[in-house]
This record gives sequence, C-alpha cells and structure tokens, in this order.
Amino acid sequence: MTTYIIRRCLMAIPLLFLISVISFGIMKMAPGDPTALMMDPMIKQENLEAYKESYGLNDSIVVQYGRWLGNMVQGNFGESFIRQGVPVSELITARLPNTLLLMLVSTFIAFIISIPLGVWSATKRNSLQDYAITVVSFLGVATPNFWIGLVLIMVLSVHLGWFPIGGVATYGEPFSIWDRLHHLVLPAFVLATADMAGLTRYSRSSMLDVLRQDYIRTAKANGFRQKTVIFKHGLRNALIPIITIFGLMLPSFIGGSVIIESVFAWPGIGLLFMEAAFQRDYPVIMAVVVIAATLVVIGNLLADILYAVFDPRIEY
Amino acid sequence: MTLTNERRIPKKPVSAEDHSLIGHEAIWKVMLRKFMKNKLAVIGAVLLIMIVGAAIFAPMLAPKDPSQQVLLDKLAPPGKDYPLGADNLGRDTLSRLLYGARISLLVGFASVAGSIFIGTVIGAIAGYFGGILDAVLMRIVDAIISFPSLFLLITLVTIFEPSIFTLIAIFAVFGWTGTARLVRGEFLSLRKSEFVLAARTLGISNTRIIFSHILPNALGPIIVSATLGVGGVILAEAGLSYLGLGIQPPTPSWGNMLQSAQNPQIMLGAWWYPLFPGFMILITVLAFNFVGDGLRDAFDPKIDD
Repeated sequence: MTTYIIRRCLMAIPLLFLISVISFGIMKMAPGDPTALMMDPMIKQENLEAYKESYGLNDSIVVQYGRWLGNMVQGNFGESFIRQGVPVSELITARLPNTLLLMLVSTFIAFIISIPLGVWSATKRNSLQDYAITVVSFLGVATPNFWIGLVLIMVLSVHLGWFPIGGVATYGEPFSIWDRLHHLVLPAFVLATADMAGLTRYSRSSMLDVLRQDYIRTAKANGFRQKTVIFKHGLRNALIPIITIFGLMLPSFIGGSVIIESVFAWPGIGLLFMEAAFQRDYPVIMAVVVIAATLVVIGNLLADILYAVFDPRIEY
Repeated sequence: MTLTNERRIPKKPVSAEDHSLIGHEAIWKVMLRKFMKNKLAVIGAVLLIMIVGAAIFAPMLAPKDPSQQVLLDKLAPPGKDYPLGADNLGRDTLSRLLYGARISLLVGFASVAGSIFIGTVIGAIAGYFGGILDAVLMRIVDAIISFPSLFLLITLVTIFEPSIFTLIAIFAVFGWTGTARLVRGEFLSLRKSEFVLAARTLGISNTRIIFSHILPNALGPIIVSATLGVGGVILAEAGLSYLGLGIQPPTPSWGNMLQSAQNPQIMLGAWWYPLFPGFMILITVLAFNFVGDGLRDAFDPKIDD
C-alpha cells in the first residue's frame, strides 16, 4: 500500500511539470510583454531596455521558465499588472476561502441529493420513478447551469425576494451566520446542479452492479430485510467507485465556479479570474490557471489513494 | 500484389474495403433499424433536423433583421409584431434566436470536426506505435485534461481576441483529448489482431494500416463521441459568450443573448426573455445527446435489436 501511494505521488510529478510548461507556453503567447502595459508609452528606448534587463525579459526562454517555476513553487506568483505592487498571492489568498466554502457546500449538496436519488432509482429499476429520474438527469446534463442560476435569481430573488441577488453578505451589516448561509444557498445549489445529473447516473449504475453480486443474493436469502441489504451491504460498496467519479468531476466543478461566481457576484477565485481576464492581467490569470490545475491533480491523487484504501479487493 | 491483397480482404473482420465488398448495406440497415427503435434517439434526430433547417433557412424564416434596433419597442412582450418579444435594445428575439442557431451550430460542428481529426491522428499514432511515443502523448493528454477547461478557454480567448474563428480553433486544439484516448484504446486492442498482422506481412505501409485497416473499426465510437462533443461545445460556447468572452455582439448567439438578460430591467419587466435562449440551448444539447446515445446502441454489436 505504502509503495502504491509513493508511486502514485511520483506519477503526479511529470504531470505537474507538463502543466507548468503548458501554462508558461500560453503565457508567452500573450501579445506584448509586461513592460508594454506597465510603462509610459513615451519611455526612451534605452530606459525600456534597462527595464527589460532588470525584469529578466532578455534572458533565454529556458532561464525565464526556470525562474518562473522556482518562484511559483515558493508561492511567489509575481505582482499584478493592473493593481501595481500587489502580490498575486495576496489577491488569491484573500479570495480563496470564499471559493472553498462555495465548493465544499455545493459538493455536499450534490452528494446529499444525487446518491439517494441514484440508489432509489436503482432499487426501483424500470419503475416510473426510475424513468422520471433518468429524464431529469438527461435534462440536467443538457441545461447550462448559469441559465438555471439566472432563472432562479429572476424568480426567487427578484420577483419573490426570498434570496439576495448576489454577493457573500449584506453590505454594511455585522457578520452573521444566518446572513452568510442565506447568500450561500443559491450559488451552492446551482454549482451543484452541474454534476448532480452525472453523479445520479453513476450512483445508479454502481448500485445496480452491486445489487447483482452474489453476496447480496446471499444476504437476501438469509432473510435480511430489504433496507438492511440495500443500505448496510449494498450502499457501502456502491460508494467506492463514486470516489473516482468525484475525482474525474473535479475539473468541471472548479471550472464551473468561474461562471457561477460571475452569475452571483460571489467574490471568489473565479470572479478574480474573470476580472483579470477582462483587464488582461496575465500574472493573475496564470496563477489561477496553475493553481486550478494543481488542485485537480491533487484531487485525483487523493481520489486514487482513497479508492485503494476503501477497496480491500485491490492489491498492490 | 494487388491481387493477393484483394483476395485476402474479405477475411478481415471489418474494414473500409470490406464494407464496399460485402454486406455494406446490410450493416447500415441493421444499424438504422436499431436506431429507429430507440424512441428518444428518433425524437433527437427529428429535433436536430428541425434546428439545422431553421439555422440554414434563418434569412427566410426570420421575421425581422436580427440587429435592427427599434428602441420604442424595447422589451416588447411576445405578441403579433414580435412573436417571442423584443430585447432591451428593441431587437426581435425570434430572429436573433434563428441567427444565433447558425453561430452555435457552426461553432459546434466545426470545432468538433477539428478536434476529432486531431484526436484521431494522435490517438491512432499512440495506440499503434505504443512504447515511449504512446507514454509521452498520453501524459500530454493527462496534463491538458487536468486544466479545468473553462479556465484554459478564457485564458486563450484573452490572448487571441474572441471571434468565431478563434473560438473554433481553441475548441478544436484543446478538445481532442477525449477522442485521442478513445481511439488509442481501440488501436491498442486491434494492433495485435490477426488482420493487422496479415496486412503487415503483406508489407502494407503503417499509414495505410492505420487509416484504411484499423480506423474503420473505430469509426462507431468516434462518431458517437463527435455527436456528444457537439453538444458539449455548444454548452461551452454559450458559457463563454454569456461571460462576454465568446461571440461578440451585435452577432447574436444564444449565450450572449443571455448576457443581456442579467439586467434588472429585464428581470423585473420581461421575465420571458431569458427563457427562450436557454430553452434553445437545452433542446439542442438534449437532441445531440439523445442521438449520440442512440448511435452508441446502434453501433454496439453486443446489443441486438
């Protein structure tokens, strides 16, 4: 087991290396260089050269990459072009808690709704409920979730006034958990809808696979009640593959936060990224891209390790 | 040489020449029958034909010029003059939806054609030759998949200024990874098979073996993933355009029509407006998914009709 974990961690290293190369390559494709954005356009050529030299922009691309990677590993993502003098890492750490909160809560919502639906669907296979759940999942996959967000804001916030239109808290009010939750419910639910359909389908088929196993029949033959068989014997094993699925869904989940944070003006990493994209603030853009990709790699790593921990049938 | 070649061809399980020599029509007939039995797939196909038709004939079907602004009629409710109402600049929603269908479908089809081509070539090379080449190519695929796609797309759009062509190029260049994995899998399982061995013994070039001997066997899964892929691209384009980083106004796209929906005026006074573009996206993507699922079953020889 330990060797597997170590090997799996080592496998992530070339992947992270490639991610950094691709990111750096994309950054270098950006038109102009930082000096063009930061300096007075009337600057004398020799002064410009001096600036370029001091920023290391005249070094070879490999040296530039090495320096960028070295800084990044130490958590130094450079300074924002637009908000001059502000380190990118500061901008990110200020926004990160909001995004993590949103993602944690919506993961929770996605699981708490999808898994029971999937299990219910599997145990009542080919029934009316099963078909209804299948149709709803099909619709869920095909619906853009920002549109669900828009419609919910329009109906629940603007017309009915049940929820705030956006943001994390009421402006100018003292901190209150109730207010925070009130702001969190809609964005978290809408972000969760992105993966709920897929998760429901997977838990359904995973549960069906388990219910076909011999030991389930044995349990039934031994006279255990239906509920005990499904929840105690079945569900535990059906949940194992879902760990992997969660790892696979992580990219779309993190990506979805960009759009949902924009819809709900939720001041997290996604909104920071959008602001940076509109201002062409490349240090911020690249930092967010690299962090997001790294999160995905780590998430998949954890999912694989957890899978190995929970499934004793797999030997390494 | 040619003679031996031709004589041996019918022994191969399925390949391009095989189709043309024996049972070509029969195979298609069986598939069509299986497809027609799947009710959802047929509904999807009918919807798709209607949507594609609406896009092609948009200039004839649209009651008004999609970018003509009549400010006096802004936010007009659905009625006689404006079948689906007018937007906040007084443009006819129905006409914009019809023209928007052209953009969504063009971006969807063109991007998927590009990404399927790249993915097939890379997947075929990786699967056929194996070894280090395969390992390197697949690590690149893993790396690209690790980037949450929306972040990558937005970053590239900020660099290459959004237009229909840059969007198509970006979707094609970063959307091939799924197809590459799929094609690689098919090639891995087929490259040691007897008909490939026979072709090699005959001295047929690698390129020819890859494209005319192995590839036809992988066509089914490729077509299925292409069909589902178009739906995915349409969703992604809508998302980007909604954020203001995709198709730029005044060119109508379903996504950028929703961008203007997030405006208190519309939310308070024209609740119907955001429903239409979203509904169109939903129906189109749903249709592609239904057809894709139907094709998957039709191509799968293990499922009999």
